Amino acid sequence: MSGAMKIRATAKDGIADIRVLMSHPMETGQRKDAAGKIIPLHFIQNVTVKLNGKTVVEGQISQAVSRNPVFSFRARGGKTGDKVEISWLDNKGETNRIETAIA
Amino acid sequence: MKRALQLCVAGAVLAACAGAPVEQRPVLSENDLSEIHAVLKRDFRARGSAGMARVEPDAVQRLCNLHDNVPPGEAAQAIEAEQLRAIKFPEGSLIGDRKRGQRIAQSGRGLQWTDAPGEAGGGSCYNCHQLSPQEASFGTLGPSLLGFGKVRGAGPETQKYAFGRIYNSKAYSLCSQMPRLGHSGTLTEQQIKDLVAYLLDPDSPVNK
Amino acid sequence: MHRLRHAAAWLAAALAAAAAPALAQDLKKEIQKYQQMIAEGSPVELFELEGEALWRRRQGPANVSLESCDLGQGPGVLKGAYAHLPRYFADADRVMDLEARLLHCMMTLQGRSRDEVTKRLFGNEDRLSEMEYLSAYIAARSQGVAMSPGTSHPKERASYELGRKLYFYRAGPWDFSCTSCHGEEGKRIRMQDLPVLSSPLAARPVMATWPAYRVSNSQFKTMQWRINDCYRQMRMPEPTYASDATIALTMFLTVTGKGEPYRGPGTKR
Repeated sequence: MSGAMKIRATAKDGIADIRVLMSHPMETGQRKDAAGKIIPLHFIQNVTVKLNGKTVVEGQISQAVSRNPVFSFRARGGKTGDKVEISWLDNKGETNRIETAIA
Repeated sequence: MKRALQLCVAGAVLAACAGAPVEQRPVLSENDLSEIHAVLKRDFRARGSAGMARVEPDAVQRLCNLHDNVPPGEAAQAIEAEQLRAIKFPEGSLIGDRKRGQRIAQSGRGLQWTDAPGEAGGGSCYNCHQLSPQEASFGTLGPSLLGFGKVRGAGPETQKYAFGRIYNSKAYSLCSQMPRLGHSGTLTEQQIKDLVAYLLDPDSPVNK
Repeated sequence: MHRLRHAAAWLAAALAAAAAPALAQDLKKEIQKYQQMIAEGSPVELFELEGEALWRRRQGPANVSLESCDLGQGPGVLKGAYAHLPRYFADADRVMDLEARLLHCMMTLQGRSRDEVTKRLFGNEDRLSEMEYLSAYIAARSQGVAMSPGTSHPKERASYELGRKLYFYRAGPWDFSCTSCHGEEGKRIRMQDLPVLSSPLAARPVMATWPAYRVSNSQFKTMQWRINDCYRQMRMPEPTYASDATIALTMFLTVTGKGEPYRGPGTKR
């Protein structure tokens, strides 16, 4: 199930409230499995937010963020009907994205 | 109300005097005991070291279950005496190693179906008791044991009481909620001595 | 000297008791703040998505989905279904909780074997079990509905009575009953507060928030797991999954907490 995303985007008084759930193991590279072997580093490095096709947030996060990160933020100027797209890229080169119209 | 009074007078469980009465407390009958025993045998299964012999009730459980943990005095005393007689008190000093005792007090392992049979168990002491003032993560199901040795000293009578209480708390208060750590085979004789040291040694953090 | 020592001990105890309420209040506030934070970051909706996919997936020799499974409100009806469990089901002539009913549908509708379906009942942080994903999805569809387990059928009443007796029955090498931990107000095990679940005031918020996501180990857990793990820590043998004993306990707890609007799946420490 690694990779599923869920987004909620609403707008009020010219400010959009956006919350996205990202399913990802966010392995720190410090944990050991049952056999005692290190579980390799595997985490989201970049999170990009686009509003109507234009990049508004370019974030770098580290393995210090825990499993299944939640990204919740407000954007000025977002209004009902605007398209929000959120994508991520991890250290293994895997990506995922989700988009929705602001409610 | 009367029940609360009996609890206070018996002095068995200090905190129960202050506790609110529990709603819907059934008084279990002999029939209920048989019924539940049969249900346990039908709906539970052995796993790891947790075998089905564990659902067989003993005299302590029977009496406590029949009387909602406030058993009639005479019957209780008879079983308490029997439980006390069955405690294997070692010869000589009952004080072991307090540093090992601290680890045993912190450990919650032993007798669960996820615990390997050969592995050392722990006393789970901090689950219910405060012991060392330096340990903030302690439970309140049992009384605080802060300064246990400071208040009582470490003489032979106190050693015997501490050892016996850990080995089989029911010998002192029949329906005590404290597990019978020696009687059940959770802890070895040496482990209990180590706990006694943790409780009584003047240099133990418990007594600082 | 003896008396002085006693007096000193009493003074220390009195001082500790006086200081305790102020510290306890701060601690309570901090714990509440923590609970709010973890609720805001909950990944439960992701689990619901997977649960929905499993609900709709054709599986087993019959190659059908669970969409025609009757959870008590009619075949395929999910709204309010969780809040009305446990209840009696005539087709099985048995009182069932959610997991027992799902087990029943997997076996009778999809033709899957009990062995196959119960092979991996409790998942981990990397992957939940099928039952856990389904529980998340189905339970969420009862949000806002008052907890209303079945109470009129004789077998429902018998289930409640059995659960009630089990709650108070001491057994096993540690002589534990549920009341050994959940029997007295204001107690905690280590730092975990222990609700007195035989009291409606305590049972209501608890039953309205299971199944739940546990932040400390990133796992999603159901009531069948909770009962299973309690018995493990009580040093008992293992209760059979979805057995009458386990359903009876859930019935007792749900009836005790009935009326409370369901607001799960919950988020816990």
